[in-house]
Amino acid sequence: MTRDVAIVGLGCTSFRPTSPHASYREMIFEAAVKAYSDAGIEPDQVDTFMSVSEDYLEGTAIVDEYVPDQLGAVLKPVHTIGADGITGLASAFLQIRTGQFEVALVEGRSKASNVLHPAHIDAFALDPVYVRPLELHPRFVAGLEMRAFLEATGNTEEQAAAVVEKNRGNACRNPMAAHPARTSAQDVLRSAPIAEPLKEGDAALPADGSIVIILASAEAAARMKGQPVYIEGVGWAQDTPNIEERDWSRAAYAEEAARQAYRMAKISDPAGQIQFAEVDDAFAYKELQHLESVGLAPTGMAGRMLEQGEFSPGGRLPVNASGGSLGCGHVHDLAGLRSVMEAALQLRGDAGDRQLNNPRVGLAQSWRGVPTASGGAAVLSRR
Amino acid sequence: MPYKNRVAVLGAGLTRFMRRALETPKELAFQAASAALRDASLTISDVDCVVGITAPDAFDGVHMNAEYFADGAGARGKPYMRSYVGGGSGVFGVINGWYHVASGDFDTCLVVAEEKMSSALPHPQGAFNAIYDQFLERPLGVNLLWIFALEMNRYMSAHGVPMETFAQVARKNKLNGMDHPSSQSGISGDFSIEEIMDSEVMAWPVQRLMVSPVSDGAGAMLLASEEFVKKRGLDPVWIEGVGWNLDTSYWTNRDLYYPRYLEKAALMAYDMAGVTDPRKEIHVVEPYDPFAYKELHHLEGLQLADKGQAPRLVEKGFWDRDTLAGIPATPSGGLIGVGNPIAAAGMMKVAEIYWQLEGRAGKRQVRREARRGLAQAWGDLMQVGTVVILGK
Amino acid sequence: MRPLAGTSLSDQALTQGEALTTSWRVKAEYAWDTGAAVGKFLAGLKEGKVLGVQCSGCERTLIPPRAFCELCFAPIDRWVELSGTGVINTFSVSFVNWDATRRDTPEIPAVIEIDGASPGLGILHVLGEVGEDLPTVLSKVAIGKRVQAVWKPQSEREGAITDIRYFKLVG
Repeated sequence: MTRDVAIVGLGCTSFRPTSPHASYREMIFEAAVKAYSDAGIEPDQVDTFMSVSEDYLEGTAIVDEYVPDQLGAVLKPVHTIGADGITGLASAFLQIRTGQFEVALVEGRSKASNVLHPAHIDAFALDPVYVRPLELHPRFVAGLEMRAFLEATGNTEEQAAAVVEKNRGNACRNPMAAHPARTSAQDVLRSAPIAEPLKEGDAALPADGSIVIILASAEAAARMKGQPVYIEGVGWAQDTPNIEERDWSRAAYAEEAARQAYRMAKISDPAGQIQFAEVDDAFAYKELQHLESVGLAPTGMAGRMLEQGEFSPGGRLPVNASGGSLGCGHVHDLAGLRSVMEAALQLRGDAGDRQLNNPRVGLAQSWRGVPTASGGAAVLSRR
Repeated sequence: MPYKNRVAVLGAGLTRFMRRALETPKELAFQAASAALRDASLTISDVDCVVGITAPDAFDGVHMNAEYFADGAGARGKPYMRSYVGGGSGVFGVINGWYHVASGDFDTCLVVAEEKMSSALPHPQGAFNAIYDQFLERPLGVNLLWIFALEMNRYMSAHGVPMETFAQVARKNKLNGMDHPSSQSGISGDFSIEEIMDSEVMAWPVQRLMVSPVSDGAGAMLLASEEFVKKRGLDPVWIEGVGWNLDTSYWTNRDLYYPRYLEKAALMAYDMAGVTDPRKEIHVVEPYDPFAYKELHHLEGLQLADKGQAPRLVEKGFWDRDTLAGIPATPSGGLIGVGNPIAAAGMMKVAEIYWQLEGRAGKRQVRREARRGLAQAWGDLMQVGTVVILGK
Repeated sequence: MRPLAGTSLSDQALTQGEALTTSWRVKAEYAWDTGAAVGKFLAGLKEGKVLGVQCSGCERTLIPPRAFCELCFAPIDRWVELSGTGVINTFSVSFVNWDATRRDTPEIPAVIEIDGASPGLGILHVLGEVGEDLPTVLSKVAIGKRVQAVWKPQSEREGAITDIRYFKLVG
């Protein structure tokens, strides 16, 4: 018999284009203090700690070294997951399910503003033999994918641009967001091309920030002060790392991750059972592609459903009410944790001005960005 | 407390360890993963999920290296988790796989550890400079060897250990390594104590022949649930306990003479395995030995010797492979005698314990009866201990 | 037993083009935010001061300074000036560079417990004026010996750990 796992504490800093006032340690400390306070526990009540990070985004080799102090985790089980935030959440989830741990903490942070040449770092993730020597700007991968996706599904550039209008507009009601804007789809379509059909306006702008999420077994959660948000199902998956082999019309990693999460959560009709979603929108078209891949829109219909207002805060299935990466800022692997945090806040009724109408089941979904094809999905609920 | 869902080891595989491999990281991962599947008599379709392990991306020269070699690891279309704790990563990979299966959510997990250090130019050691604090340490013109030399000096000074004792550890491991099929060319052999003690001083007190080499290689292990094992009527080696622990990153605030993080990790694993007297209940051990002193330092942290006593036991042959009264330590030859492709080297240590308990270690088989063994690794800023206990 | 996989290359195979390589230099450059605590410490060094912090929970006086106590998990805001003197906690005599090339004269890294900080709390730095060959250095330097900071002239300081050139033996 497996045991249930719940989210019991949330803490974050604001997301900002820059953060010169705080070192990464100080930023994480702020998020951790808030998360412990939210859960009503002390650091010594946590049994195991996870960090999601990658060396080249931090400029430190084996960045795991610098994790414990700012979490109150000195001389505790700590390790780093080199994956998106939802895979980090899955790591904590699995550990609690073993029965060896009652309380687990997941941390992530972005100091994107400290990376001087981010495109060079992305390019360093390309296949060193077959692709990297072509010396292309790494966003060509998104350009190829966007064109193939639009052609194959019938979604349009205009509909992708409308994602930006919605998400940056939603961010205006999120005090944590770095890039709120009252921008129009037309503004996006008029922005400079990056890798046609991808334009400047389609891409989420980077941000700095930190998030800490505390999880507990259902039994331990019952002893804590706040309202638990249950992880009904979680999935994470890898498509081929070779960009030449991918089927760009769909996000295979998202399909597989969602399939696992739905199976665990006993969701047979995602579009009927899930009431809101936070899906990855690092590029505007990805929101449409991800919605179709996780079964929240039929193939080729996501754009039209968006235009009809179905994904707006007042619509049938609000998507990225937080503002998503387009509105909050792109925070690399922290994006998955931000999606989870927003879903948990919505389910608790703590989402402030952007609170949705009494939702009970939500989906958080993540992608690691170019040039990867990996990501996660989690179904969260209020019982 | 024994855990509820038991996890078995069904197979392991290694590549050769090499100073410079022709194979790409993808190919090394594929070879190790294939070898582990063959060893377990399974195919990739039997694998429910995959764990990918690699130490700093700077070696292989690919940002998110484990994403890059995912297809080589057999992860395409599967749940694929990547974790790291620096040098402790290889053993941690098995822990990461353990919690996938022990959760009850997966029946099988393939753990693949890969490292291709030779890709980094001008020398892989340079990739390690960025492990130091960027504000207060890197500007001093640091060098990886510094921290280990500083720790070794603190340890040998605290206990008055003569250099000859460390040379004896290096000699033992280089001899043991001669019988390991993965052993890197030129690393193992019958080296005299004098030869080792006269080897080049790199960063005093660290000398060339008491240090593990730079290596390329990969290793993999196949883990499975009790239900999976029962269905096939197997009598496997079990993971009885796991432990890991990370100390403060303010390493200049710690007394380096004793690895307290490893004591914590070991106690966590002993507790899980129900081991109350490790010196009696652990029959064979693979402590992490990137430097000769580390083997002794770690044996103390593992509670297999009192503080300062591991060196005294060297002279008595207590840690030798053919001991009957002692605990054979590093029968594989270890990092000093086989090689050190970081993540893969940790995996090699767990594989060694697995093969010892199965009685499949060939010329390396320990003489005393071994029903329970322990593999350990270490890393980050000299601050992480990872421990796996296997039993038959 | 099936032979293990893996093809070992000689240096010659690479230099003579028998095995091909692709090379790449990653433009990995960063401007890290020092934040409140490290930033103030570095500013102190520029003024020729070694600053520490005190935790009101565990009463430790800490160096390097930090914005929070990692053991009490509480914020810290009490700053104190420490001295530029201390004791050698451990040291090495290093003859290799970061790229594994050999040096003629060694570098002597050391952990130095700074006077005024709580016992055992030190920083990494290097020693100077202690000789240029192994026997000389080992005859002069030992764990427990007292050292003092040798500063750059004020005009050359930039708010970096290297504003202290090195530590030398006292007396």
